[in-house]
Amino acid sequence: MAAVIHRELQAAGLRFWGPLLAIGALVAAGFAAFVHMETQGHWVTGMDNQVVWGLPHVFAVFLIVAASGALNVASVASVFGRTPYKPLAPLSALVALALLAGGLAILAADLGRPDRLVVAMTHFNFKSIFALNMFLYSGFFAIVGVYLWFMMERRMNAFSSTAGLAAFVWRIVLTTGTGSIFGFLVAREAFDSALLGPTFVVYSLAYGTAAFLVALDLAWRWEGRAAETETLARLGRLLAIFTAASLYMTAAFHLTKLYMTRFHGIEAFLLAEGGVYTAFFWLGQIGVGGVLPLVLLYAPKTGGTRAGVIGAALLVVLGGLAQMYVTIVGAQAWPQPIFPGWQESSTFFDGQVHAYAPGAFEALLSLGGVALAAALIAVGIKVLRFLPDPCTDSSSPPPTSPPAKPR
Amino acid sequence: MSEGSRRAFLSTAAAALAGVAIAPGIRLIEIAGARAPEEAASAKVRWGMLIDTAKCATGCTECVKACNEENGLRDTGRPRTDAQWIRKIDLKDLRTGRQHSAPVMCQHCAEPPCVDVCPTGASFKRADGIVLVDKHTCIGCRYCVMACPYKARSFIHENLAEQKPAVPRGKGTVEGCTLCVHKIDRGDGSTACAQACKAAGHEAIVFGDLNDPQSAVSKRLREIPSIQLRSDLRLNTGVRYSGI
Repeated sequence: MAAVIHRELQAAGLRFWGPLLAIGALVAAGFAAFVHMETQGHWVTGMDNQVVWGLPHVFAVFLIVAASGALNVASVASVFGRTPYKPLAPLSALVALALLAGGLAILAADLGRPDRLVVAMTHFNFKSIFALNMFLYSGFFAIVGVYLWFMMERRMNAFSSTAGLAAFVWRIVLTTGTGSIFGFLVAREAFDSALLGPTFVVYSLAYGTAAFLVALDLAWRWEGRAAETETLARLGRLLAIFTAASLYMTAAFHLTKLYMTRFHGIEAFLLAEGGVYTAFFWLGQIGVGGVLPLVLLYAPKTGGTRAGVIGAALLVVLGGLAQMYVTIVGAQAWPQPIFPGWQESSTFFDGQVHAYAPGAFEALLSLGGVALAAALIAVGIKVLRFLPDPCTDSSSPPPTSPPAKPR
Repeated sequence: MSEGSRRAFLSTAAAALAGVAIAPGIRLIEIAGARAPEEAASAKVRWGMLIDTAKCATGCTECVKACNEENGLRDTGRPRTDAQWIRKIDLKDLRTGRQHSAPVMCQHCAEPPCVDVCPTGASFKRADGIVLVDKHTCIGCRYCVMACPYKARSFIHENLAEQKPAVPRGKGTVEGCTLCVHKIDRGDGSTACAQACKAAGHEAIVFGDLNDPQSAVSKRLREIPSIQLRSDLRLNTGVRYSGI
């Protein structure tokens, strides 16, 4: 069996610079949108005092959640000892770091006062989940950075599984923290559930694996290299399990909410009468992001094929964005009951469902963050040896159940 | 005059002069019942309000107008992004058809969710119960807007001009009712909304010290039944409502 070697991206000249320039143009467009939003103020966006977190938060939180899950491949190799995944572990760590950077860039750019980022890093209210998350995010960069170093530096290889375990634990806490940003907001009926933390952890497994698959496939296409079906089949099986688990958590979340009468209004809104949010939930989150990928991954014709697995991964990403839209924007669209039991109306739009239509600037800013993540991955794989050939270490036997112990 | 006695004379004269210069200021502060700028807000006081919805007239917006005038809030022609520190909510009981109108603003909670979630500590509660935003450390993340059960916070969506010197505001930060903290600190003894309501002949808003049993608001709260909005959240609000 041929040994696995790691190489830089095998694309040069226009073949390398063309796509990179296109990505760079998107980053520049996102930056221009950011400058415009910050000089004019947020009134140039679709956000207002009813929906204060819009499309930028949808993309940012998706990227942050996916970042944690993108580390799956590395965790499966280091923590769970599945050697076939080992060659792809460094790339998975790079994708994780890049996605987190892209997500945080959007969040920071969407702040009312991004110039005060230093204030955010020097003034902490430790009761705030946001403040805790700042430590979790910076810690993630540090721990995954060290993990990556241990994996890529031969002399440090011996410590890589310990670093991998630390990164694994850290990212579970990180995603719990991200979900808890919403979970502990008792003022919003759509949130107010301790289940959001663990639900986000499960979502992250699916979104991150999907994002990693898309990144891997794009790298292969960039090199003009044939897809490795064994790798795709393995990661596809992983994606299927995580997608099914996400559907389960979604069902558990909404069923627990439905158990409580005071949440019937918001649940009816999201699941049945909420127009775009209901459509995004059933068609986007459940259909495109859950059922369809499972069909593609398990159908005999498409399961394990490049079109099937990568198609499913793309659908999971789209479904994930739909989920974030429903979770974040849908929650704000629903009016807050200030006088429960009374019909409310005011000049501040109390008692009515709030409309939100993303504007061009926040859309560009959001895409700019995705492009930034892509650019970081592209530069990373070009200058360092991230891409394995082959991607799956087949020298180890496929996982089997452990032999029964002799009595 | 010897060197020693001249020095003693000069220092006595300087002290006397300083005393003469400062005394009227101190006396003025005493008369007004205000705090000296260097004196911290006291936890012995808890500022709050009672809103008697039975006296609040539907359609009357004197409190809103007074608040906007006092704090320099202006209509930009974009109602969805405009800040509102106080607004009138019209209420209707769908089963009985009973109608009410009530002003709603920051409820100045004793356990404010906005303060809990603020990452930088810009949202804070003063010792005297007033919940404020430090405009120098607010990064504009809007987490407090998400956390407030009363929709009492507004994000500033545009550049501002012609601000009131006593009420600094800023694009990209979050703000809300300050309980006219600048008026309280200079000893006015009331808020713009309460004064306007009184001037309009309604007296639906009673302002005062909830900790002082002799204050008008405490007396009124003893006399009539009142509630806290979203009392299920147990935030111990400084603003109480009666008649609902």
